[in-house]
This record gives sequence, C-alpha cells and structure tokens, in this order.
Amino acid sequence: MKESTITQADMTAKPEEPIKTRKSTKPAESVEKTDERVKTRSSFRQALIRPELGGICGTILVFTFFLLTASDSGMFSASGVINWSVVSSQFIIIAVGACLLMIAGEFDLSVGSMIGFSGMSIALLSVTFGWPVWMAIIATFVLCMAIGALNGWLVIKTGLPSFIVTLAFLFILRGLTIFAAISTTNKTIVGGIKDAAEGDWLAPIFGGKVFTGFFQWMGDNGWIDTFERGFKKGQPVVDGIPMLMIWAIILLVFAHWLLTKTKFGNWIFASGGNAQAATYVGVPVNRVKILMFMFSAFCACVFATSQVMEFGSAGADRGLLKEFEAIISVVIGGALLTGGYGSVIGAALGAIIFGVVQQGLFFAGVESSLFRVFLGAILLFAVILNTYIRRMITGEK
Amino acid sequence: MSEPIIEMKRIEKHFGSVIALSGVSLKVMPGECLCLLGDNGAGKSTFIKTMAGVHKPSLGEIYFEGTPMSFECPRDAITAGIATVYQDLAMIPLMSVARNFFMGNEPTKKIAGINFFDHKLANEVTMKEMKKMGINLRSADQAIGTLSGGERQTVAIARAVYFGAKVLILDEPTSALGVRQTANVLATIDKVRKRGIAVVFITHNVRHAMAVGDAFTVLNRGKTLGTARKGEITSEELQNLMAGGATLATLEGSLSGTV
Repeated sequence: MKESTITQADMTAKPEEPIKTRKSTKPAESVEKTDERVKTRSSFRQALIRPELGGICGTILVFTFFLLTASDSGMFSASGVINWSVVSSQFIIIAVGACLLMIAGEFDLSVGSMIGFSGMSIALLSVTFGWPVWMAIIATFVLCMAIGALNGWLVIKTGLPSFIVTLAFLFILRGLTIFAAISTTNKTIVGGIKDAAEGDWLAPIFGGKVFTGFFQWMGDNGWIDTFERGFKKGQPVVDGIPMLMIWAIILLVFAHWLLTKTKFGNWIFASGGNAQAATYVGVPVNRVKILMFMFSAFCACVFATSQVMEFGSAGADRGLLKEFEAIISVVIGGALLTGGYGSVIGAALGAIIFGVVQQGLFFAGVESSLFRVFLGAILLFAVILNTYIRRMITGEK
Repeated sequence: MSEPIIEMKRIEKHFGSVIALSGVSLKVMPGECLCLLGDNGAGKSTFIKTMAGVHKPSLGEIYFEGTPMSFECPRDAITAGIATVYQDLAMIPLMSVARNFFMGNEPTKKIAGINFFDHKLANEVTMKEMKKMGINLRSADQAIGTLSGGERQTVAIARAVYFGAKVLILDEPTSALGVRQTANVLATIDKVRKRGIAVVFITHNVRHAMAVGDAFTVLNRGKTLGTARKGEITSEELQNLMAGGATLATLEGSLSGTV
C-alpha cells in the first residue's frame, strides 16, 4: 500500500504543474494564451481554413478563365447568365441533397434514376392516367420520399454500405421507369404535360418564372435585350427568373441553415463523423440517416418536376449520371467522402463550377469533349486543396 | 454509510451460447472511484455496457439510488445520470470542441419561433468547463482533432459531468495515453470524484488504478473475484489476481466480499 500512496501522490502532483501554463508565474490575465506550443494564427489564415476554400478558389479560377476567353461570346449577357445559372441551379438542387447525406455518412447513387423515375411518374399519372397535375406531383413526391426512406431503412437494417444498396436502386428504378413507360404508352418519352398542366396551381411552382414584370420593365427601358422581330417582338429575351433557380436558392439556404445553425445539423455531422459515438451520447443516428435519404430523394424529385414542367415531357433516360455529378460537386465543395465534414455552400460552389464549365466551354467555342478534361482537372485540384485544408484543421501533418 | 448510488446484483449476460457474465455484483458509493480490473476478455466491457444501457442483462438486477432500474437504451441510462466515456469512441475529430461537447444535448435558442443552435452559449460553456478541468482552449471552435488524446478524454469527462452525470463510467481512458497525459486524466478523475460523482474506472493497469481508486473489483472470465477497499490490497496482489494466477487461493483472505 505504501507504494500505491507514493504512486498516487506522484500521479496527482504532475498536473499541478499544468502543461498549458508551464512558464506562467505571470499574472492571471495572460493565462489564456500561455500554451507556448500553439502558434498564434492570423485571423486571415483562420478565415481561409474552411471547407469551402477549395470551392471558392475553383469558382474564382473558372470565372477568371471564362472572363478572359469567352467574354465576347455573350456568356455574360443576361441570356448567357441565365443559361449557365439554370444549369448550375440544377446541379445545386441535387448537390444540396447529396451534400447533407454525405455529411451524414451515406451515399445515394440512385439520384439519377430517381430523377428519371419521378419525372416519368408525374407524366404517366397526369397524362396517361388523367390525374390532375398537382395530385400527380404530390403523389410522386410521396412515392419518391418513401423510396428514399426504404433506401435508408435497408442501409441501416442490413448494415450494408449505402454505396451497394443505392447502386441496386440505381438499376431497379431505371428499369422500372423504362418498363412503366413502355408497358403503358409504348414510348420512352411521354409528352403533353404542358397541356395537362394548363391552369394547374402547383405546376407553376416548379415550371414557372418569377419577376417577369420586372424583366419586361427592364426590357421596355432598353436595359436588357429584347426580341426585335417575330411574335415575341418587344418582349425581353430573358423574361424572368425560372422557378428552378428559386428552388435552388431555397434548398441551399434551408440546408445551410439546417446544417450549421440547428441542433439537427449537429446530429448530421455527428452521425457521419462517428455513428457509434453519436449513438452513445443519444443522437438518433438511424433517424437522421433515413431523413437524409428522404431529403436526397426530395431534391431529386424537385429537379425532375422542374425539368418535366420546363420540357413538357418526361423521358425514361432523364437524369443519367446525375448522381456522380452531384457527388463530384459535393466533393469539390470540400466534403469528406467518409462523412462528418463538409459544407453546403461548398457543394453549391462545386455545382456552380460544374454548370459554368459545362456551358462556358460551349460559349468559348471549345471542343465539348474537353469538358471532361477540364472537370477532371478542377476536381483533382479542389480535392488536393481540400485535403490540405482538412489537415490544417485537425492539426495533423 | 450512505446508500450506494448504483448497485448491480448477480448480473448475467449471455450472447447466444457464450456466457459473457455469470453473476457479477458490485456497488458504487457517491464520490467514490471504483476500479474495475481484469484482463482482456474478462467481461469488463460487457459489464459496463450493461450498466450504461447498451446491453440488457439476461439475468440480475440494477438498482440506481435504491430503486430497481431497467434501461432500454443508452439514452435511458444517460437520463438517469449514468454517463459513459468510451476509450476510442468518445469524440469526432473533425467537429469543433463545442460541437462535440454538446453532441446530443445541443443548446437552442428561439429566434422568431425557430429553434437555433446556440453557438455562443455552447462556446462559452465549453471554454468555462474545460478551464475547470485545467485545459485552456485557444477557442471552442477548434477541431477536437487538434487536441491530444488525454485532452480529448478530459473533454468527454467534462461533458459527462456538465450534463449531470451521477455515475461516470470510464472505459480504459488511459490505455492509449502517454505518462503525462495519463496523469492529466487521473487528475481529472480525482477532481470529478471530489464533486461527489461516483466513478467506475475500467483499466488493466494496476498502477493507474491504485493512483485514484477507493475500491477495486477484479473480473475474470465473467466472474467477480471480489472487491477490496483501498489499503486492503497491494498492487502486487491485484496484479496476480488480474492474471488469475495460482496465487489466487492465498489471496482470498485479503478480499472482503468474495463471491
């Protein structure tokens, strides 16, 4: 026992000479900053170390590139801006869903098939089965979110990687979409939705345009281009902001708020960071993950509905490869593939890079096959930068 | 003597045909540090997981503050006041200290009827609580990954204490730490105990146990070999007991409540 008392005294004595304040016989107010091993970081550097940095640099790079190479091609005129903004908005919508899901530690590879599936569902229900469009839209949303929940439930119950489970749904949904279209209409593209949606109250929320009066007014004043001949004479070329962009902004703001400003956001980070640790402190990890699968499905559904309303038709091959585009956007935006870390703003920047590059190369007159080369380079650059930032955050080298 | 804060009676746990625990009993007093010792596979982890509500015991009773309890999930145990700090799974490295500190118990404030995560409060409380444990953070926003292993354990302990733990279970908090960090964690355990919180300290390092323990229980192959009070047993005896060696018979005299 003698020995143990010595041990105790020995053990408890050490902390009395705390590491942090080793040299501090100084006054108490300086105690706060006495860890001589921690270098003070400048606030500029501090501000730089954030998940979005890769995305921000990429965005600046991309815009600089196109301002230099394509500024005279109309890329930055009103119609040009709308053109790449709409494409970027599409990417943002699915990237936001993929981002939250990835931070929660899961993947959804069925996003692309879900887009095809939900678009076809709306078209078949409204055109072929004659449902009112609003009912078709609501039913589709319910169905898709149920499939999202099923994805999540399977991942949690089986303990399989979500990569595999959603890969299965990638094929299942795509197959079902084609089968449903062929067996009911004998076609893979179902049109006629524009007529069906005439006068519907819900359809314009996805396919309409806002601020049309404002754009007409700007056109009337000659501030933006108007059509000079034809039956649209006098109308502005850009006659409003598509609802798709409004949806992108709403989803972006909502997801960013949810992730960073709420309790639930902390649960998302915790679930993806370490599901076991989160469970132990009482975070309902399974519920969080299932809800995020449903949110991902919801985003895919918003994308599909807007697309169907804009084109007036649904195609069985719509949304092909969208899941990878969403995941790439999220990764460019600084999220960790293994979950627990990331930013919605970053994902949106990744989506903007994607959209701008895709449309910009067209404006710049660059051979479109180079799109993939450019994208691959950006992806690599952003991910290397992001890995470096993450090391700075955790202090590891 | 006051009544034990938690008492486990003849706990048995079977996983299929494997008997992980066969009748383990112990009690912990408030403000006391009970060291649970045992070699790997002795059933230490299963036992504390039963206490923490992760496993339901196959047989046996748990009394918390004198009333029988049955925990359905970890949440129940936490609500009752039993907090567990696991050796490896305590923290999420990429999340900030404050976010980790309040994980699962996030403070919220209402702005325009919407609940917001109260980051300001979370940061303030984290800084204050960590200071009490002797760690000065540069900022509560820094990622847990920047802290050392010992500091992470301390964050986990401070978190449990802040959220009103009456019983704190520490699962090998010192197993992966260096000397100085171990000393820090042991000092933290001492601070916690002095606040009147019961500590169940799992370890297989006798020296660490001897440094802070008031009572020592040794587990071997799912059974308790008895509980000794401080001063009734030497570290050599504990060491032998843990190893389950042949010297066991000669030691029985020095154990009070042999099962």
